[in-house]
Amino acid sequence: MSPFETLKEKIREALPGLDCVIGWRQGFDPLHATPFFMRAPEDVEKLVWSPLCVHNLSTYLPSFRGKKVGIVLKGCDSRGVIELLQEKLVERENLVLFGLPCSGVADLTKLGRAAGDLDRVSAVAWDEAGFTLATPRGEVRVARRDALADKCLSCQFPNALEADHLPGDPLPPATGPDLGDEELAALEAMAPADLMARWAAEMSRCIRCYACRNACPMCVCRDHCIAQSRDPHWLSQEDSPREKLMFQLIHTMHLAGRCVECGECQRACPVDIPILALRRKMNRVVRELFDYQAGLDSQAVPPLFTFQVEEANIKERKW
Amino acid sequence: MPILAGKELRIVGFLCNWCSYGGADTAGVGRFSQPTDLRIIRVPCSGRIDPLFIVKTLLYGADGVLVSGCHPRDCHYGQGNFYARRRLEALKRFLPIIGVEPGRFEYTWVSASEGQRWQQVVQGFTEQVHALGPSPASAVFGACREIPDEKGGPRVAV
Ligand code: SF4
Ligand code: SF4
Repeated sequence: MSPFETLKEKIREALPGLDCVIGWRQGFDPLHATPFFMRAPEDVEKLVWSPLCVHNLSTYLPSFRGKKVGIVLKGCDSRGVIELLQEKLVERENLVLFGLPCSGVADLTKLGRAAGDLDRVSAVAWDEAGFTLATPRGEVRVARRDALADKCLSCQFPNALEADHLPGDPLPPATGPDLGDEELAALEAMAPADLMARWAAEMSRCIRCYACRNACPMCVCRDHCIAQSRDPHWLSQEDSPREKLMFQLIHTMHLAGRCVECGECQRACPVDIPILALRRKMNRVVRELFDYQAGLDSQAVPPLFTFQVEEANIKERKW
Repeated sequence: MPILAGKELRIVGFLCNWCSYGGADTAGVGRFSQPTDLRIIRVPCSGRIDPLFIVKTLLYGADGVLVSGCHPRDCHYGQGNFYARRRLEALKRFLPIIGVEPGRFEYTWVSASEGQRWQQVVQGFTEQVHALGPSPASAVFGACREIPDEKGGPRVAV
């Protein structure tokens, strides 16, 4: 039995004791999987597992708080669960974690660039080396490196870090290029005024849909988000790049030491604004200063929740 | 300050009530002359400062932001400045990625008795910001206009 079949069997066994198990099913077209809430054993037949299972489903968990639920997890998704456990936003005894070793998911934006128009792709297939898309112009072949999400190319945690069931052999960490680092290096090489102008230009496309916030597993304030509060009034409704960038910075700051770098914020953005770079930068700072990465240890104390009287990595400046 | 006369920049200072605000007061009482670019906002503790205060200030027109609190181990509330130090350091290292030069934001510690030191901090930071010139934010995002707030006074908005 394949690991996936084994997992389905486990889910069927567990379902009677659970409110639901969250996984993926085929979406509205060949290229999209969509989140799927299995409630009855027969639903499990519709569960899919493929490089199109892009969503980090841990985002849904806080809304099921207090109920017993199961969830299917890629390695990166499991970090979201661990972070939620650490912040006591979900209870471990109410969760059944079904992990699968993951060899990477597609970045639909990249596939779209290769295919010209994603809406007109009538079929998709994949193998070890890449993806094949059936388009009106004929078959388009996209190499793995050009098709996978950036995070997958250099993924350090391909297997769920916390799981009750983890069928199949664990996969080794990926050894591809760290495109996120390359992107940051390119940004950091720019002159400050040009860089700020670039962010203004990128953010001018933002439609303030807040999909970035809603997709983020660690954005848990929901209706109490300060982006929409009138008192304090952090943001107006004005449609300006300044307000939009300010929102991104609110998100980044509120995620400092909490972001698990799943990339959902950027993936969810309908206009492909490269907002993950801001989170990556903050994560890098947190790592430099506090030797800490979120979502690895549910018992760890988050770095901004504590201090050392003599900080190891903060030097007092002469002022 | 003759060297800076006529070309003041906008610098915002967030000062804790117990040490640095007192230090600024001491400098005033001692009549130490200081550049006048700095506008001070008094907060209860450096630990009260949400890094987003600083981000917002910089994005909405300030050319520099200075944060000053009690020296480590001297916090009126015991630990506020220890937490603040972590947040402020993380912010300081982060800001360049949005195009804010590192020199536009500094944080430091000044006690209530250090009037002289306060003068040096203000002098030094003001010179540093002047060396950078006006922040690119106004050119990039447009100048902030003033709109009347509920109470009728001017308030800076987008
Ligand atoms: S900020 Fe983005 S990368 Fe970080 S946890 Fe949220 S969705 Fe994931
Ligand atoms: S998802 Fe994209 S368009 Fe929507 S609010 Fe976030 S940055 Fe703006």
